[in-house]
Amino acid sequence: MDKRKIAIVDGNEAAAHVAYRANEVCAIYPITPSSPMGELADQWAVERRTNLWNTVPQVVELQSEGGAAGAVHGSLQGGALTTTFTASQGLLLMIPNMYKIAGELTSTVFYVAARSLAAQALSIFGDHSDVMAVRSTGFALLCASCVQEAHDLALIAQAATLESRVPFIHFFDGFRTSHEINKIELLSDQDMRALISDELVWAHRARALNPDRPFVRGVAQNPDVYFQARESVNPYYERAPAVVQRAMDAFKKRTGRPYHLFDYFGDPQAERVLVLMGSGVEAAREAVEHLTERGEPVGVVQVHLYRPFSTEDFLKALPDTVKAVAVLDRTKEPGACGEPLYQDVVTVLSQAYSQGKRKTLPRIIGGRYGLSSKEFTPAMVKAALDELKKKRPKHPFTLGITDDVSHTSLAVDPDFRVSAPGVTQAVFFGLGADGTVGANKNSIKIIGEETDFYTQGYFVYDSKKSGSRTTSHLRFGPRPIRSTYLIQQASFVGCHQFNFLEKIDVLKVAAPGAVFLLNSPYGPEDVWDHLPGPVQEQILGKKLKFYVIDAYRMALENEMGTRINTMMQTCFFAISGVLPRQEAIEKIKGAIEKTYGKKGQEVVRKNFEAVDGTLANLFEVELPATTAGPALPSAVPPQAPEFVRNVTAMMMADRGDELPVSALPVDGTYPSGTTRWEKRNISQFVPIWEPDLCIQCGNCSFVCPHSCIRAKLYPEPALSGAPQGFKSAPLRGKGYPDQRYTLQVYVEDCTGCTLCVDVCPAKSKEVSGKKAINMGHKEPILAQERDSVQFFEALPQVERGRIDFSTVRGVQYLEPLFEFSGACAGCGETPYLKLVTQLFGDRMIVANATGCSSIYGGNLPTTPWSFNRQGRGPAWSNSLFEDNAEFGFGLRVSADKQLQQASELVEALREQIGADLAEEILSAPQRTEGQLIAQRERVTQLKEQLQALQDPRARHLLTLAGHLVRRSVWTVGGDGWAYDIGYGGLDHVLASGRDVNILVLDTEVYSNTGGQASKATPLGAVAKFAAAGKAVGKKDLALMAIAYGNVYVARVALGANPQQTLLALRQAEAYPGPSLIIAYSHCIMQGINMEHGLRQQELAVKSGCWPLFRYNPELKNVGQNPMELDSARPSVPLERYAYNELRYKMLTYTNPERAKQLLALAKADVEAKWAMYEYLARREAPAASAPPADGNHDAPLQEKTS
Amino acid sequence: MNLTTTYMGLKLKHPLVASASPLSRSVDQIKRLEDAGAAAVVMFSLFEEQIKHESNALAHFQEHGTESFAEALSYFPQIDQPFKLSSDQYLETLHQASHACQIPILGSLNGLTTEGWIRYARKMQEAGAAGIELNVYSIAANPTLPGSAVEQRYLDVLKAVKYAVDVPVALKLSPFFSSMAHMARQFDQAGADALVLFNRFYQPDFDLEALEVVPNLQFSTPFEIRLPLMWIALLYGKIKASLAATGGVHSGLEALKYLMAGADVVMTTSALLQHGAGYLGTLLQQVKEWMEAHEYESVSQMKGSMSQRNVADASAFERANYIKVLESFKGEYLTS
Repeated sequence: MDKRKIAIVDGNEAAAHVAYRANEVCAIYPITPSSPMGELADQWAVERRTNLWNTVPQVVELQSEGGAAGAVHGSLQGGALTTTFTASQGLLLMIPNMYKIAGELTSTVFYVAARSLAAQALSIFGDHSDVMAVRSTGFALLCASCVQEAHDLALIAQAATLESRVPFIHFFDGFRTSHEINKIELLSDQDMRALISDELVWAHRARALNPDRPFVRGVAQNPDVYFQARESVNPYYERAPAVVQRAMDAFKKRTGRPYHLFDYFGDPQAERVLVLMGSGVEAAREAVEHLTERGEPVGVVQVHLYRPFSTEDFLKALPDTVKAVAVLDRTKEPGACGEPLYQDVVTVLSQAYSQGKRKTLPRIIGGRYGLSSKEFTPAMVKAALDELKKKRPKHPFTLGITDDVSHTSLAVDPDFRVSAPGVTQAVFFGLGADGTVGANKNSIKIIGEETDFYTQGYFVYDSKKSGSRTTSHLRFGPRPIRSTYLIQQASFVGCHQFNFLEKIDVLKVAAPGAVFLLNSPYGPEDVWDHLPGPVQEQILGKKLKFYVIDAYRMALENEMGTRINTMMQTCFFAISGVLPRQEAIEKIKGAIEKTYGKKGQEVVRKNFEAVDGTLANLFEVELPATTAGPALPSAVPPQAPEFVRNVTAMMMADRGDELPVSALPVDGTYPSGTTRWEKRNISQFVPIWEPDLCIQCGNCSFVCPHSCIRAKLYPEPALSGAPQGFKSAPLRGKGYPDQRYTLQVYVEDCTGCTLCVDVCPAKSKEVSGKKAINMGHKEPILAQERDSVQFFEALPQVERGRIDFSTVRGVQYLEPLFEFSGACAGCGETPYLKLVTQLFGDRMIVANATGCSSIYGGNLPTTPWSFNRQGRGPAWSNSLFEDNAEFGFGLRVSADKQLQQASELVEALREQIGADLAEEILSAPQRTEGQLIAQRERVTQLKEQLQALQDPRARHLLTLAGHLVRRSVWTVGGDGWAYDIGYGGLDHVLASGRDVNILVLDTEVYSNTGGQASKATPLGAVAKFAAAGKAVGKKDLALMAIAYGNVYVARVALGANPQQTLLALRQAEAYPGPSLIIAYSHCIMQGINMEHGLRQQELAVKSGCWPLFRYNPELKNVGQNPMELDSARPSVPLERYAYNELRYKMLTYTNPERAKQLLALAKADVEAKWAMYEYLARREAPAASAPPADGNHDAPLQEKTS
Repeated sequence: MNLTTTYMGLKLKHPLVASASPLSRSVDQIKRLEDAGAAAVVMFSLFEEQIKHESNALAHFQEHGTESFAEALSYFPQIDQPFKLSSDQYLETLHQASHACQIPILGSLNGLTTEGWIRYARKMQEAGAAGIELNVYSIAANPTLPGSAVEQRYLDVLKAVKYAVDVPVALKLSPFFSSMAHMARQFDQAGADALVLFNRFYQPDFDLEALEVVPNLQFSTPFEIRLPLMWIALLYGKIKASLAATGGVHSGLEALKYLMAGADVVMTTSALLQHGAGYLGTLLQQVKEWMEAHEYESVSQMKGSMSQRNVADASAFERANYIKVLESFKGEYLTS
């Protein structure tokens, strides 16, 4: 057999490697966790890598998975070998085309990183819900359980689909396999050519649509023939399993790796057997090997080909001796008598028994495990096998959770572990920003490539985008590593952040005698006294070897910012002894050169110096005999609500797995405003206010993405009892004598983004570098500021009726009802959301498209959408990615209907509630805050009256009366939603005339899934799927909406003109029809210095890239031109804006000539667009258009924008 | 008429050279300068800080936010191809220009570390630079650093680069030495092939509204020739190194003055930035016309003719001249 190349890759890359080479077209759309497959295909195409037929595949991005499936269908019908990569909801969007593709017996393989479906909540993690939802499409389902299989079975699927003509889904578990890094043997082109027959490829082409020999396909059939035609494919499905097995046999012949439709592992005389598929098989194999060595008659059946299900092969695989079978499904089908695989096994065995093919009918139970990447361990396998011993085993059962509601869960022995001789297991806790994961991926490559060791790496990330915690699980050993679960006993624990010791149980995973490496600001002599008591106890109790290094100091000295990866990686190699020290250092340097070399020698030099300096700074700590450290602080304060204390706090402490079923809401409903209880303290530097310099303009508070800067004005006596150090200044403003002003920084929630400092206009006359707000060290002021925040919170909130909503200065006093989100530090989106909640939050309903904003807005454990002192706040929900406009529209229609009903009831009860009140309620204008307050008071009065009425209609009206205060319906999402996947719906809602406010947070790229191009991506910018720079201009969504004539449209950029943003939001909300606000949102994904995100916004406007305007149809009613340009003609060269951003700059490094060409095109585009807007703004006022469907017609809200 | 001159060992067809400026950013632009008649072109300066900054920024922004969030483990396409950083593009342009042009193309380097000076000087030589201009452009802002140390640094850089390359090396200087003449002599002894007098220092301005220090580089004016003119006239004939005059050349007259002071070449930037590359031909024409009108036969004939060594009143370049200026000032405004 040939010696094959060894590769250290994850499951996505392993699968994509085959997919790319065995196809001619890849139609793709990003969705986690499958996105990397499409990205790799795109990358390889850009690099001009060829496929098996020496041609570079076409990689095309579509606007949605539905679009991708359509394109795949078309491309297949056109005769090209075509594939796609997807997961979860993406796969569901492909279903209609999948029926067609299968119905037409079309050869293709779809690659799926299997993922949960959004039900009570979205989850990006792995299970089989998505593939199970398409099992009736006619696609074959071939399942891989590990990275090597993801690679191998990809080829088997490609070969089998051509021969069988049945289309295939080749799937593997999202994250657990798609993102696990493992050492595999790569298939060569010869291997692939050996399995994929050219004749079958030509036959595929010959079946394509071709005008040289025309036919029609895709006809409509009637009752006379549809049924028969549907049955005509049966022989193909009957043959398919044998085709797959033949491919598997051919594969074994070339590679030596045997596969079967069903593989059996364990005792050939087994009595108790598990049946399952996917990554769980690997853990099951480990457990079964362990148990059979100890004489237990157990085994496991691994399902590879799930559809078409081969009864015969299944029976062949299952030993005759089996008395009991437990079938494990990684999915849930509520209301079914069992999950799909269970039902199949029951059917197969019952049939076999009834047909006499089996002498006995084993007892069969079914269980669920591993939903949303829930851990699945050998101990759970043992629990299931043990359950089979019982007289009355549970069915259905669950594994890995505590089900105290339906009592389905099986008890699992927490101490059961399988032995792993010779395997080094290491766990590292780091921050996203410190480079820990990157370094560990590097270490895996070094060890995997330089030694005979097998390697495995798996990485766990928390749910925040800023200050996120990462946990790396690394295994190295002499045999292939099959442990598809997190490390439970590590011989090496690295904690790269000292403060984690107070937040999570870092040493829980440490095995007795393990090594503990801590990045510590304290040296070997004094670190002990700074450790929490429980940590000290574990170090002594487990007899750990304890090392410290002050890596942050070294990073500072080496000008490496917060990147401590190089130092920590060197320490790991130095202590663990996986490789000889000197050799390891050379390899680390080699990896550094490889990673950074092409980006210039400076970074290489710095990292080399860091490597060389590390060992001198690494110290072993001599352990004292006693512990005296403080106890761990509780995750949330005692005054937090019960749910937060009992449930949220557990998730925050990484103990969510311990929560029983009863602890969780049944319908996905969670309390608002829980981020306030999670003091994350992620920044060492925070803004410090200088009351004497401050001009109280409100700019800092306005731009703060995390709502950490708040202002209050209050009468002087309210200061009594203020804690020491509480800052206050006389209020600047006429008509407010004896009023004080405080700008309070919530230092524990601050991410240190510095946007507030950047935007502050007030400077000291003595020291020009000092502003009214400056960054300073948090530690010295932390205790005092905690007290100040507490006092500030107790100060009275300024009444909304007293606030001038029309100015940035006024808005600072409005309470933000979106606070402390986990968005990236300095996020460009969140200031808009915060502002919307300040203005309308107490009567607002939000439909949020899936994406960044739904994640920082709605990802557990804590969520930022909050409420005010009256308990009112935005009611928020997320439907899907693709339907958000329609979801918001539904909320509007619902509100309108209920308002109508409420109005009808008020009318009907006019006499009982008083004619005057009824009249006022029904006719009251509700545009200004004052009018809304008055209406709210009327409704309160109404409710009081209704309570006293006996009329059944009064009870009815009570449940609807809230709608009498105008609801503000907001549909929020990113450009991926608005420009691409959700555009059809968005367009429909714009055309509906309904009063829906649509806020598009335009980052010009798919931010949440990692930077793929959208139709909002501008010309010349580099993005994934546009690696060579986007060659076509950004879609002008605003202009498309303007074309309707009755849609309020605004383009805003808060950093360029906050006053215009404020006015546009208020006008949009007041406009009684559909409104579209497209908000420039700077983003980490643009490759910018986030500290200057607002300046970039300003440059975007000044360069003409992002002209500011408002199109207000109401102006037509007063004889004015609805189009108002709010920014001046371009005054800054485009490159001065663009080349501050890596997305543009990158092309000047990779392809300078093309960069020049695209820049010239982009300039022309900017000029043409500007001319168009200018024309629109200058023309005569057009005739008034049809009024919105449900609007009133007050005078338009008109104010100055600056 | 013989306009040829020799500058740091390079035979040039005439003494007008395009000095380091954005006009030499591409091969096409350099070709345009040649076509306009430049006798040589000094490419724009490659700054070591800029190279470092670029490398750091690229690494930082490519890594920033990566490996932090399960859905977005990276943000930019990972293309496995070398990046052409500014320095790579500089060297490529230099390489192409030196092949595309008949005239000498000089590299210009502004280093930070000794290693940087040497590395990039070597690379410029490899890329085909006919010579290298070291733009020693640092501000002695450290109050603990004595003048002697600053001077030594200049000398160290020069020696290091001279040792590293074979092509001639020019030193573009600032005028702020306690003893400019002595320094010039030391540079001469350390092997400088030419001295370029003077670079225009970064002199920041204040924005009073924003209370910020802002960069403010203005075009030179003809008046600015005075300082280099004086020093060229003083140094002419006293050192072996060639002398290049730069600053304030807006017409042929300034060029002529520099030549008469003793410059081997005259460099110009501002005039070309204002009027375009073609203006070089105009300058040359003006020089020629003046020479014809005044019956000069060659550049060498006039070179240094008004240097301190060759003028009738040598004290005109020293303190006595200062007193004369003050007297004339009084005469014009106070006594009449």
